[in-house]
Amino acid sequence: MPKVAIVGVGQSAFVRSYPGSIREMVFDGFQEALTDAGMSAADIGASVVCSAPEYDKQRSPSGVFAEYLGLNPQPTVYVETLCSSGSTGVRLAYSLVASGLHDAVAVLGFQKMSEISSAETQERMGRGGDIQWESPFGTMMPAYYAMFARAHMDAFGTTPEDLAEIRVKASTYGQLNEKAVYRKAVTADMFADPEHRMAGTVASPLRVGDCCANADGSSCIIVASEEKADALARKPIWILGTGAASASVNLAGRDLFSGLSVAREAARQAYQMAGIGPDDVDVAEVHDCFTIAEMMAYEDLGFAEPGSGKDLIRGKETYKEGRIPVNVDGGLLSKGHPIGATGGSQIRTIVMQLRGEAGEIQVQHPSIGLVHNIGGVGLYGNVTILGR
Amino acid sequence: MATKKDVDDRFKKFGTVSFTAISKTNDFIDYLEQGKVMGTRCGACGKSFFPPRSNCYRCLDNPMEWFEVSGNGTLVTYSRLQFAPIGFEADLPYAIALLDYGDYKVFGRISSEIPEEELSIGMPMRTRVNELPNGQLNYVFEKSDS
Repeated sequence: MPKVAIVGVGQSAFVRSYPGSIREMVFDGFQEALTDAGMSAADIGASVVCSAPEYDKQRSPSGVFAEYLGLNPQPTVYVETLCSSGSTGVRLAYSLVASGLHDAVAVLGFQKMSEISSAETQERMGRGGDIQWESPFGTMMPAYYAMFARAHMDAFGTTPEDLAEIRVKASTYGQLNEKAVYRKAVTADMFADPEHRMAGTVASPLRVGDCCANADGSSCIIVASEEKADALARKPIWILGTGAASASVNLAGRDLFSGLSVAREAARQAYQMAGIGPDDVDVAEVHDCFTIAEMMAYEDLGFAEPGSGKDLIRGKETYKEGRIPVNVDGGLLSKGHPIGATGGSQIRTIVMQLRGEAGEIQVQHPSIGLVHNIGGVGLYGNVTILGR
Repeated sequence: MATKKDVDDRFKKFGTVSFTAISKTNDFIDYLEQGKVMGTRCGACGKSFFPPRSNCYRCLDNPMEWFEVSGNGTLVTYSRLQFAPIGFEADLPYAIALLDYGDYKVFGRISSEIPEEELSIGMPMRTRVNELPNGQLNYVFEKSDS
């Protein structure tokens, strides 16, 4: 298999309400990535656009963006796997480059969630579940993940306090991330105070503080061939492994409720392709749409045995100075989660870490990084392994 | 004069708000009206499906037979919601849950008569048809007698 590189990364600020249209928002991430790579639009052979379409008023946005970004007449295509659309786009770009079809592909992730109300958002997110057999019961994403939290607590003695500590860690780094939507501190005391907003139950046992925020934003990852990468001034970061999996949309079709089978399968594939194991990972970005999702990711990725994820957070092992730093950019919990932009934002963080350009959140000399990006409630899962 | 063709949209009666009107499993609704929660079983390989489906992916398009979800399942997991999507606000608070019947699992709601404190993972529960205040039909899980 030919080597495939990431040569440019970019991201708009993730904000509550973006003051512009979707093409303008996508331009922000693209401009940053192209500048980062030292390339021009003419160098890009194709574009892949990633989002969850139910938020978009514009049908088929890829064609609109291609024109606005100066990417005509190059081909463009739209991909969607809910919240993991961004890393699915990078996986598709990997195959387009590895096949020799294109030597540079721009992966553009975006979501402008503020165009609809929070209740409408929950309704649309809930329809990422099984609309024929589950949605008529009044489902929504926090409740689905809450069912996993309940099962995890029952199986392993994980506590609400453990989950709160994951949010506390996220806010530690979110405060340092100027592109994060939530930049305030969150403390364990807030969860312990029943009157505090963070402690209010959304869907038991998950509370407001266990949930990430909606946001508007865009991201851009430029994937290139070895030849193209070598011609650029900047040192490339290599895609060492990519794994992807799917599972039953209806929870009735699942067997695992204290973890996500898609994450375990995608991780297995990615580790095998990269020829490494969990102990070789120096820094990771995981899909912490809810605190329990990060807890399960520790175990699904092999950073801890099933049931021992709580020991990682209790021992602060996933902090920047710990054994396996996770989400030291604030994660989805603090950055916000503009669905289609999230995977690209996670990859951007790992690329910057591997380059040693992460500033205040820089982990000491990482050589291998991992990105875990999940769509739906473990309906889709992508694991991407990057190296210097 | 041509008469308007009848549309079989029975499925729109499922749940507080149904997002589906037409399905080849529309008979599920007739069974609910008779007080029965039904799944389907493949006539060729015998695999049981819940939710019911009209096709077996193992045998490809074999005749499916209906069977009744009866007896006890065990509570796999659950969550009680304090916020609801649009259209479900009047039902709050309510709990969604999953029961394991061995051959298959059932996703649904827990009876509103059971307080959350009385729920525990692994407890036996049974599935019962339920009429909602707005006239729609769903099914709920209640404590097993045994």
